[in-house]
Amino acid sequence: MRAFTYTRARSAAEAVSTFATSHRDQPHYLSGGTTLVDLMKLDVEAPGLLIDLTGVPDLDFVREEQGELVIGALTRMNDAAHHPLLAASCPVLAESLLAAASQQLRNMARIGGNLLQRTRCGYFRSVEFSCNKRQPGSGCSAMEGVNRNHAVLGTSDHCIALYPGDLAVALTAFDASLSVLGPDGTRTMSIHDLFVPPGDTPNRETTLEPGEFITAVRVPMTPAAQSSSYQKVSDRSSYSFALASAAVGLHLDAAGTTSEIRIALGSLGTVPWRAREAEQALTGTQLDDAAIRTALEPEFRSARTTPQNHFRVRLAVETVLEAVAAAQQRMG
Amino acid sequence: MGSMTVQTRLTVNGQDREWTLDARTTLLDALRDHLGLYGTKKGCDHGQCGACTVHVDDRAVVACLTLAAQVDGGAVRTVEGLTESPGGLHPMQQAFLDCDALQCGYCTPGQLMSAIACVDAGCAGSTDEIREFMSGNLCRCGAYQGIVQAVAKVHAAGHGRS
Repeated sequence: MRAFTYTRARSAAEAVSTFATSHRDQPHYLSGGTTLVDLMKLDVEAPGLLIDLTGVPDLDFVREEQGELVIGALTRMNDAAHHPLLAASCPVLAESLLAAASQQLRNMARIGGNLLQRTRCGYFRSVEFSCNKRQPGSGCSAMEGVNRNHAVLGTSDHCIALYPGDLAVALTAFDASLSVLGPDGTRTMSIHDLFVPPGDTPNRETTLEPGEFITAVRVPMTPAAQSSSYQKVSDRSSYSFALASAAVGLHLDAAGTTSEIRIALGSLGTVPWRAREAEQALTGTQLDDAAIRTALEPEFRSARTTPQNHFRVRLAVETVLEAVAAAQQRMG
Repeated sequence: MGSMTVQTRLTVNGQDREWTLDARTTLLDALRDHLGLYGTKKGCDHGQCGACTVHVDDRAVVACLTLAAQVDGGAVRTVEGLTESPGGLHPMQQAFLDCDALQCGYCTPGQLMSAIACVDAGCAGSTDEIREFMSGNLCRCGAYQGIVQAVAKVHAAGHGRS
């Protein structure tokens, strides 16, 4: 690991100003460290200055504000998942958090850091392989390598690494927004504007500007968020990245017609994937498995699969069906 | 501003400690190399195996991905801190012996720390719950059946918050 300087920010403002005044030192914010410290040990990340955010006060909370569920960005994954307000108003969030990582990592990782975990693959983590994300222009070992777990949606000729997070998929389904603090003050952005597909610059994964960090996540508390579910299919039943996952929310009218349906696909794309075409096709209809399968087909028009990972398209469809069934049960 | 060496004050198994360490030092390396507490094991050193599980402020964490600097002001508990007397056994340690919950023993300190957290957190009510809670601790000897039995046994005996 490259030597670095460590400093603990006592306030959000101090963190931002430290970042701004030390940009030559390759600063990096640190929260739970479960991805960053791992990648630093592998010499994949090599910041010169770590600005520890975990001592910043007032960013560890779950509360309701004007019809929105608000989660402080330094809230631990486990604490958020077990918060009664979150579990009751947005079960999909609790399920996505508890489906992720291990007990120990959920005790360490914070909500903001979880969202900003790197889009990554085994070749990115191993410096002996070429990787356009780690070293732009060096090539992509995954294209001809072991790519069973790589992305099939939103890929480019330069990178097929997967966004492996679970929480971001649930937030994508329910139009969450993010409070962001940076050198120019605070701003609010949609979760849909956070993640960017690799394109020609796979090293750039989000639209956050240097020095910015997420301070809170906001989720509208809607009936569909209440009747929601996150389903994850993986090689191991626990502590494994998904082969496919789905976040679904439902609102049906008295006659059983779908007045609202939300679908996001996880562990399938280079970014969390909202299935808007499928949502539109299913709104105003009576849900059945055949209709859902048909509605999902257009989502995969742009899919680029390999012989190793093409099975995950079908797996994703089946995972959505499971998530719809689970969300329906929540309607009571 | 920061420094390449970091002073950290914390308690380890109830004793006050103060470290001035290279900022790169993980809690795992600090415990083993600077305090001589070799009970906490280094397995993968990447947060994947759980052999280094300790408690920080009563939460089970992996010490290998925790920078020592981040534990400033915290309370760390390791396998050495489970009993007051060197010869005594914590109820979970006794249950591991009774249930044959280990073979080589390398993963056992981490398993114990997760197992105790599992019972304390009230997550040991069923085999599924225990397996989920303990999924971050690998045992390459495959003693999982015995480990789950041991956790269930301690839970059934009502030994929480130990």
